[in-house]
Amino acid sequence: MLFRQAGIFHTNYDADRALFPIPGDRIMIGGLLALAILAPLYLNSLYLSSFILPWLVWTAATLGLNLIIGWAGQFHLGYAAVMGIGAYATVHATRFGVPWEVAIVLGGGTAAVIGVVFAFASLRVKGLYLALSTLALQFVMDWTISHVPAISGGTQATLQAPDIRLLGLPVRSEAGLYYIALAWCVLVTLFMLNLCRTALGRALVAVREKDYAAAVIGVNSFYFKLIAFATSSFIGGVSGAILIGTFYHAVTPEQFSVDVSIQALAMVIVGGLASIIGSYFGAGFILLMPGIMNSFIFWLATKFGFSLGIETLAHLPRALYGALIITFLLVEPLGLGKIYGNIRDYLLVWPFSYVKK
Amino acid sequence: MDWALLSESAANGALVGLMYSLVAMGIVLIYKSSSVPNLAQGAMTMLGAYVVLAFANNAGAPIWLAIALGIVTMFGVGMAVERIALRRLAGRPIVMILMMTLGLEIFLRAGSMTIWGGTGRPMPLGISDAPLFVGPMLINRAYAFGAAVAVVMFGLFALFFRTRTGVVLRAISDDYTAAWSVGISVERGVAMSWAMSAVVATIAGVLWGSVQGVDQSLALLLLKCITVAVLGGLDSIGGALIAGIMLGVVEGVASAYLDPMVGGASRELVDAAILILTILVRPHGLFGRYDIERV
Repeated sequence: MLFRQAGIFHTNYDADRALFPIPGDRIMIGGLLALAILAPLYLNSLYLSSFILPWLVWTAATLGLNLIIGWAGQFHLGYAAVMGIGAYATVHATRFGVPWEVAIVLGGGTAAVIGVVFAFASLRVKGLYLALSTLALQFVMDWTISHVPAISGGTQATLQAPDIRLLGLPVRSEAGLYYIALAWCVLVTLFMLNLCRTALGRALVAVREKDYAAAVIGVNSFYFKLIAFATSSFIGGVSGAILIGTFYHAVTPEQFSVDVSIQALAMVIVGGLASIIGSYFGAGFILLMPGIMNSFIFWLATKFGFSLGIETLAHLPRALYGALIITFLLVEPLGLGKIYGNIRDYLLVWPFSYVKK
Repeated sequence: MDWALLSESAANGALVGLMYSLVAMGIVLIYKSSSVPNLAQGAMTMLGAYVVLAFANNAGAPIWLAIALGIVTMFGVGMAVERIALRRLAGRPIVMILMMTLGLEIFLRAGSMTIWGGTGRPMPLGISDAPLFVGPMLINRAYAFGAAVAVVMFGLFALFFRTRTGVVLRAISDDYTAAWSVGISVERGVAMSWAMSAVVATIAGVLWGSVQGVDQSLALLLLKCITVAVLGGLDSIGGALIAGIMLGVVEGVASAYLDPMVGGASRELVDAAILILTILVRPHGLFGRYDIERV
């Protein structure tokens, strides 16, 4: 219907290797990109800067976490710590007068170096024990960030992030900040799309499926695990820095606590492991759901005329958030990305459902 | 070196550690039978305490009756959690199972806050606040009582694993396929272990509630109890008991000396460090079975 395909038949290798082999996909993505670029023209600033912008940055972060969990098959329960390291490093570097473009690369690099520490746990153990050791490292990082005054400025301190300056020009308008977030998100998405069809991506998938088998066919699983941790930490660090620069404008240790790590993991799981479009859905769902829930509960309360206590209202959205994670795992363990994939598969060759796809 | 401070913090630490091992026992029970690392055990502890308080305050039952009713209720809750949430995930990748227990943690924690509110409440067990004098040391009575209950629970489990049901559970934890093939109902055994771990969580919740009040912070026992469970070996109940004492002593002594140096809150750092060291040096713990797949 949307795709107008009668089966997928490529007649040359270039078409087979294309990033988006199906014309329908190319048209849709072009359309979405155009909508995204024109967004400041037709969206009001509330939606733009408090919903769309964090969604884009969180999508980039989710893609980074999905790289390590979905593609490389390694656990990471300490992703927020990595994002926090990137954010703090960038803020400190800009306060020292390093240009912002260099500072985020520095922040990402710092996050990658410390992220490799997490990888050393993965070289010893895997599965559950890796999950627990990354969780413990998250606590260590939290503690270090909040208790070393040189990093955070003290346990209760908030560090003001300097204005973003691109090529020496300060970026202050909402549209400008939005474009920075959009550019980073598109960049990470392109990287991930290409990762899936390069030797690196295939090696990561081989390590995920069975590291012994990967070693037998000549994939150095040690090396690729390190690469995966470093890359995803770099993406996480830069995402953290951009989140601080464009959205929070100030950095505190609580922004990167263990709850945030769990939230990032929920984004990956709800979106779908190793699914790029799923990362968009997952990040959007987890980020926007509490607000929607709040207004929904409020609507119910006014409609049916019952009143809820303040404490109930404060905790109910979080309980529903937990319930939704449980429901997702029971109903569609492969996440929103899989639901999209099923619909797409159905529509791809509609109405010729019998042809080879 | 101040020997009085050292011995006092070590003794109180050991008692606190025994109370940690009570929560950790719940994790071990579930892991033994179904290899599910239950990250929701902290939230179960908190829920247990809230349920007991609901019976005591809202229904007006005397505290011992409220505890008994709470244990019965939580027995059902444990079974229900296993039946609804975990059974359908059997055989799924571990990331799904971990996420499920994390989702349960969020749901149970926020759910009980929604129903009962977040303000801290006392758990009226009637233990006096006056310290117990043992030689030169001051011992907290609530800790001593909690530690005694932990030891009693451990004894009960040791006896329980000699009964028929206990032997069935041991068979399941040993090899569930073999247990299945000789006609043991593995599902029922796993549900049983969830129910028992919910009961242990209730008892732990009551004891911890009497120490620090019943509020959201009960769920934060999770990190300590995971540490205890891993250090003792995830499938060893006796290991949990001994690891609890060890962690309690190290934590108590370390925080007595480290807290003034680093400005407080060194306990969590000690826990995390012990967890990481255990996993790096001896992932199967002190008394666990040596069959963890290593890279």
